[in-house]
Amino acid sequence: MRVTVRLFARLRDIAGTSDLARDVPAGSTAADVWRALVMEFPEMARYDSSISTAVNADYAKMTTSLADNDEIAFLPPVSGG
Amino acid sequence: MRAVAVTPDPLQLEPLLCLVADGGGHGAIVSFVGTVRDNNLQRRVTHLEYEAYEPLAVKALEQIVEEAGAQWPGIRAAVHHRTGRLAIGEASIVIAAASAHRANAFAACRYVIERVKQIVPIWKHEFFEGGEVWIEGATVNPTDEAARLEAVRRSCA
Repeated sequence: MRVTVRLFARLRDIAGTSDLARDVPAGSTAADVWRALVMEFPEMARYDSSISTAVNADYAKMTTSLADNDEIAFLPPVSGG
Repeated sequence: MRAVAVTPDPLQLEPLLCLVADGGGHGAIVSFVGTVRDNNLQRRVTHLEYEAYEPLAVKALEQIVEEAGAQWPGIRAAVHHRTGRLAIGEASIVIAAASAHRANAFAACRYVIERVKQIVPIWKHEFFEGGEVWIEGATVNPTDEAARLEAVRRSCA
């Protein structure tokens, strides 16, 4: 299945893009997509313990299972205000 | 005028004050304006750029206003956050909270900014003399009750 990965702030800088399309195995979780991303961009590993996620623009857990065409966003620590 | 917004346009406080005043009758309205500081951690800041995951940021702000209403029944709150490039002194966030009495208006206003810093997917890119850095604050966990209660505690301090 295919998912769209949204990246922000430093993660976007590391990847060099804000949007990635990735084919992942059926049943993949947000954590699975994150691990694949870290393999591709090792610099992202330092966010392993601080990363949060959202699926289709709703807060989600790293254990959330994904469906075809989902948009998964990875959120580094935030700094609004 | 919506109670919550994430916008690249310059922020205005007055419409938020009118919105929460709702024609009057409240005894207190408290506002907060966050502005771009010219220094941070010994660095001379030249400007900031704010990036948002807009659809979720709007939902998060709505959640925060709902939380404030549940914590202090009867209050009315509104919050707008800016995105894009901001010069020194420009407003990055405006918050207004109205209540029958001043204590709850102050508390609700403070609560909104504390929670924004905890859970809203917005990031500050700081540009300073000699470099730039993404500011990384809180790890997002919208269901972390301990963090929410810490925001309540600060709001009532």
